[in-house]
Amino acid sequence: MNLHEYQARALLKAAGIPMLDGDVASTPTEAESIARRIGSTVVIKAQVHAGGRGKAGGVKLARNPAEAADEAAQILGMTIKGLTVQKVLVVPAAEIATESYLGLIMDRESQRPVFMVSSAGGIDIEEVAARTPEKIVRLAVDPTYGLFPHQALTLAFVLYRDFTQVKAAARIMEQLYGAFVANGASLAEINPLVTTPDGRVLALDAKVVIDDNELFWRPDLGLLRDDSAEEPSEAAARRANLSFIKLDGNVGCVVNGAGLAMATMDLVKYYGGEPANFLDIGGSSSPEKVINALKIITADPSVKAILFNIFGGITRTDDVANGIVAATRQFRVSVPIVIRLTGTNEVEAIRILEGVGMTALSDMDQAVERVVQLARAGA
Amino acid sequence: MSVFADGRTRLVVQGITGREGSFHTRQMLEYGTRVVAGVTPGKGGQKFDGQVPVFNTVAEAVAATGANATVIYVPPMGAAAAVVEAADAGIALIVCITEGIPVMHMSRTMPFVRARGVRLIGPNCPGLITPGTRTKIGIIPGNICTPGRVGLVSRSGTLTYEVVNHLTRAGIGQSTCVGIGGDPIIGTNFIDCLRAFQEDAETDAIVMIGEIGGTDEQNAAAFVRERVTKPVVGFIAGQTAPKGRRMGHAGAIISGSSGTAEEKLAAFEAAGIGIMRRPVEVVALLQARLGLTTV
Repeated sequence: MNLHEYQARALLKAAGIPMLDGDVASTPTEAESIARRIGSTVVIKAQVHAGGRGKAGGVKLARNPAEAADEAAQILGMTIKGLTVQKVLVVPAAEIATESYLGLIMDRESQRPVFMVSSAGGIDIEEVAARTPEKIVRLAVDPTYGLFPHQALTLAFVLYRDFTQVKAAARIMEQLYGAFVANGASLAEINPLVTTPDGRVLALDAKVVIDDNELFWRPDLGLLRDDSAEEPSEAAARRANLSFIKLDGNVGCVVNGAGLAMATMDLVKYYGGEPANFLDIGGSSSPEKVINALKIITADPSVKAILFNIFGGITRTDDVANGIVAATRQFRVSVPIVIRLTGTNEVEAIRILEGVGMTALSDMDQAVERVVQLARAGA
Repeated sequence: MSVFADGRTRLVVQGITGREGSFHTRQMLEYGTRVVAGVTPGKGGQKFDGQVPVFNTVAEAVAATGANATVIYVPPMGAAAAVVEAADAGIALIVCITEGIPVMHMSRTMPFVRARGVRLIGPNCPGLITPGTRTKIGIIPGNICTPGRVGLVSRSGTLTYEVVNHLTRAGIGQSTCVGIGGDPIIGTNFIDCLRAFQEDAETDAIVMIGEIGGTDEQNAAAFVRERVTKPVVGFIAGQTAPKGRRMGHAGAIISGSSGTAEEKLAAFEAAGIGIMRRPVEVVALLQARLGLTTV
């Protein structure tokens, strides 16, 4: 789960990481009064889950409260990478002497939290990573022990020579690691970490991604989710416990298992079709899940045919069949449905479907070829 | 001999009295797996279905039954702790089926597991099955497998069933099928399985089923090129998946974990791995590489 910058700032600030006081605004008037309270030049920053905000015009300077209102009015409501800006962060503009990058990720390969620091910080860190990866210093932390003081110092010495700044940065490393662990993050990033002309070390930006698996027992973090930042159909699917990604094609896909769902999309493409979505109904699929899946897919007007591809293991194919029958009773499905199911309780499933005049195929290739033809005919 | 599990496997089920645990224990028993004990804290002394003794701890189960492997169906909150308990009790093979374990839990668990020299498969995996000895640990449906000499390793669940089903219907049996799981941190990776299959006298060829994301498949391809002499065929799911609409993940980009299908398929090609464009092609590819004719 991605957090907005203002939410990530709050988590890092709670851990003690030094940053400038700011606040979030939903209207130009709110932005104006925050700017007045700050009483100096401010930066207005669009709060959207997209990189490159500055280049898209979503970050602006304002020298006084009136300008803050004007800039906020420009930024609020603008679209950045398909996402509408609904909130802006208003923070004091900082005088910057140096900019560095500081990141902490959960790394698959080493299976540990890994720090990445670079004195070449700022907005072009991706470019630094691609062109001069040697400028980024990495350090894996053993989570059994946490970050040792000497490791924090080593990282800080990568960034600074001045020992006062080194000590300040080392403390920030420890605080960032603490916030990362305490909030079940998979990414925590400060870019840039700056020094000011008077020698202070400050975090000017914050980015945090929370591991979705933590949310089950961290409802407090779950409250930070911003549904409006998601595709509406994807938000609906998440609430129904379905893993769903909307795509641009016209073949709706309902599949059990992420790997099989991806392979199904690949096969739709192989036979000349375009998938309308990725949808994994998961392992233990109740009829209710199938109904929700069909609701979400049929709400997309570009869908011209729907494919069910179910390989029963934990998933009982008769549950899926019952769901399909119940759904078509609850609401009219106006596009053709092709059903492929095989595995656990398939005899019962086929009996249920035949009872209402539906049929099922047992071969995946056959079913995909058929649904692609139907979608083309309906387009 | 086969890989990781065989007729000598004496299995404990952690979470045996839960909904998933009890359902799959019955399936494993029916298939022929030697399930010697179950563990549910607080239910020690009971008997599951009148035949499998239940213990409060894994250590008790090991002491009483000589168990050497465990399968975990414990809910996500306690699953990493269950892995640690099993490793601490001296279990040599731990298969963790549970989906939804926080990555930080696994990051903390792995150093302990490694220090004990334990083989962990998963988490978030379907487990493994050795049809020749009727040994199934996990949830792979037994009826789609048949004994034979092809080893299969996969990151996915149902996609594995799809491929195994094609093999079985074509008369190509399997030595062992292993689902290694799709989580970012897993105990056993492709290379571990490839090494085991390469060394296994009862495996003649290997099927590898990967997905987009990460670099495990690329590393595995390099291993195949250098160390595997048996024929290998592979599939990558997600070839048409869109590049995720992510926020500016400088972290992910820096760590280099882009893991596109093209990258992985190119690595397969360079390693001489036969590429399946569709699951069904596994049959023809293996027949060609093993000199088999259609049964």
